[in-house]
Amino acid sequence: MPDDPSFTSRRRFLQWSAVAVPALAAAGAPASGQAPPADYRPAFFSASEWAFLRAAAARLIPADALGPGALEAGVPEFIDRQMATPWAEGRLWYMQGPFVPDAPPTLGWQMRLTPRDVYRLGIAAADGWTQDRHGRVFAELDAAAQDGVLQAFESGKARFEQVPAAIFFAMLLGNVREGFFSDPVHGGNRGLAGWKLIGFPGARADFMDWVERDVAYPLPPVSLSGQRG
Amino acid sequence: MATRMNKTDVVIVGFGWAGAIMAKELTEAGLRVVALERGPARDTQPDGAYPKVLDELTYNIRKKLFQDLSRETVTIRHGLGDTALPYRQLGAFLPGDGVGGAGLHWSGVHFRVDPVELRLRSHYEERYGKGFLPEGMTIQDFGVSYEELEPHFDFAEKVFGTSGTAWSVKGKVVGADKGGNPFAPDRSNDFPLPAQMRPVSAQRFGKAAAELGYHPYDLPSANASGPYSNPYGCQMGPCNFCGYCSGYVCYNYSKASPNVNVLPALRQSPLFELRTQAHVLQVDLSADRRTATGVAYVDAQGREVEQPADIVILSAFQFHNVRLMLLSGIGEPYDPASGQGTVGRNFAYQNMATIKAFFSGEMHANPFIGAGGNGIAIDDFNADNFDHGPAGFVGGSPMWVNQAGVKPISGIALPEGVPGWGSAWKQAVAEYYTHTVSMDAHGAHMSYRDNYLSLDPTYRDAHGRPLLRMTLDWKDNDIRMTRFMAEKMRAVAQAMGPKALRVYVKNFGDRFDTTSYQTTHLNGGAIMGTDRTTSAINRYLQSWDVHNVFVPGASAFPQGLGYNPTGLVAALTYWSAKAIRERYLAKPGPLA
Repeated sequence: MPDDPSFTSRRRFLQWSAVAVPALAAAGAPASGQAPPADYRPAFFSASEWAFLRAAAARLIPADALGPGALEAGVPEFIDRQMATPWAEGRLWYMQGPFVPDAPPTLGWQMRLTPRDVYRLGIAAADGWTQDRHGRVFAELDAAAQDGVLQAFESGKARFEQVPAAIFFAMLLGNVREGFFSDPVHGGNRGLAGWKLIGFPGARADFMDWVERDVAYPLPPVSLSGQRG
Repeated sequence: MATRMNKTDVVIVGFGWAGAIMAKELTEAGLRVVALERGPARDTQPDGAYPKVLDELTYNIRKKLFQDLSRETVTIRHGLGDTALPYRQLGAFLPGDGVGGAGLHWSGVHFRVDPVELRLRSHYEERYGKGFLPEGMTIQDFGVSYEELEPHFDFAEKVFGTSGTAWSVKGKVVGADKGGNPFAPDRSNDFPLPAQMRPVSAQRFGKAAAELGYHPYDLPSANASGPYSNPYGCQMGPCNFCGYCSGYVCYNYSKASPNVNVLPALRQSPLFELRTQAHVLQVDLSADRRTATGVAYVDAQGREVEQPADIVILSAFQFHNVRLMLLSGIGEPYDPASGQGTVGRNFAYQNMATIKAFFSGEMHANPFIGAGGNGIAIDDFNADNFDHGPAGFVGGSPMWVNQAGVKPISGIALPEGVPGWGSAWKQAVAEYYTHTVSMDAHGAHMSYRDNYLSLDPTYRDAHGRPLLRMTLDWKDNDIRMTRFMAEKMRAVAQAMGPKALRVYVKNFGDRFDTTSYQTTHLNGGAIMGTDRTTSAINRYLQSWDVHNVFVPGASAFPQGLGYNPTGLVAALTYWSAKAIRERYLAKPGPLA
């Protein structure tokens, strides 16, 4: 049924894939960030956490008619690798007490929790909340039900015990976008999928001839390692 | 037991623009200078090396070049009755760290000052009467005139390699219809380089503004529009609009920085020594507390070191200067209840409104093309270029398209109502990213009796010393001003013919939001002036109380400016250095 949007989406996605795969192969596929998503073994996330992360990433930036989504772009790998950085341990933040977590939001982060804590506690709470309401963990729900659950987290309608659901969601969404749009050297944006979607040229970094011209920039993106999109 | 170093003539605390300029000026005067920088050594190579620096996650998002808050931050509260809490994550403002300071990660918008803003209180009282200023507003005059500073603005532009279009030079109009700013004060010389190219989005803004009867001009930019060698023999390359400017080390030697424009010359001087990872704890004072004897710092290994010196320059970031004065007992701390004391007084910020204009696919803003200092602006509502009487507020605002390089993690704005995720979000980012123009009303922020800096009673830094506490909130005057400016800018944006607009402006009752980036233009706390009861330093940036301590920086501004502060910081530093060279060295003592 050619008019079925999902059919069209899938067909376009396959067309995209057919173009992208040879380009990846031609780039010489450096070890960092270029392994196929399924081969990556998470260092921080447990198997159940990893299932949640992959499923949530696939809904936050889905694969559709416009091209690959967060899962195909390696975003879960990006987040897992971020968990090994000083940022994830809260070492870029002032983390001396006393902590006043109920302070007004305009005063910013006032919890003791680090990003690693937020993921560890947040995913457990998210799966627990989903299990209570749907009888299954997040990764086992269909896409529509997953979207509904994510909306409950985003709005804070879901109440978690140890970390506010909205804070967990905001960190997750922020990291998913980072993984989709950052240079592939960090493990995400595989095939420069995020940059191709929006027309960002990545590390080209010389636009002398284009500054004053009201035209679409014609060159494809390039990454730090020289990979072209 | 502290290690005691050999005495030096001058010790400089903090190596950003102010520290670098002072070091250059004072070594030229034959003085031995030791500069102490608490952050790491940084330079184009390796920190700005191509292509590694073109990494949004590492620089803009994880904020590699900014202050390490894990060791020291500030606390913030909105009002006198509140308990301040730590600024645990970088958000509203981004202080620098390391050699070059904020001068390494800045954008490069390089203004002078509107002369009215140097005598803001006198000007308002003369034009609008004494009753016009709202209760509690404590704006005052700098105590130095534009005419006195003009030679220093001129020289700083030559050092920075600033690109721009003059309006008038020595009284003769040269920039009409060429991109000059008719509201700009007269100049002794043209800019050292012509203005940068005008990106499509800036062209559109300028055209719309002109249609409305306003006066668009080229933003003065310390991103070189062509090859350049400055008076110190330091070389810059032409900016290629790479878009990695604010928050990055320029890989192309195009953005002026202390590292590119001053340090190569200083390195040739045997009188100069730069010590990095040297964290100054306090200025040491003599028994009578009338002179400083040097500074105490902690070195990279954690050793306490004493550095004796005849002259101490506090040229750290704005609020660090104030904190060091408070920790060292230089001057009397300000008390908002009594109005007594001066150190910490008149803390002010910036008052921004932003509009995103979304265009159809035929208009290519290409926002990844950018240079931090370039753009088109109007000054029709800046300073006192319009009648504030009917407007009913104090303060002005330039407005501009300053396309500095919008990158996808931090920078994709979308029309209202678009979801933050899912296919609809994906569709919207694909549709709008290259067709979005961002513009700002970069409003001046006034000073008030109860916006001030002091030491926090609870939170401490890695060395066990009290953090600085900010007490800051928006007043009705600020909200009226920014809402007025947003409406004026909205009309320009509409005239550009967008599909949709999104206006980001404060509402009455909004509190200061520490999480949302506004600018890093923090002002005051160690303000200059001609009356020692209302200023911490005199008009030569010399402490009223400890005459061999000089405090250059935006900490000296009695209130915020409509313009970006760096140009005035540089000019004031040259002005202060001249007074040290020509008067203080011959006869050390109070200069005013």
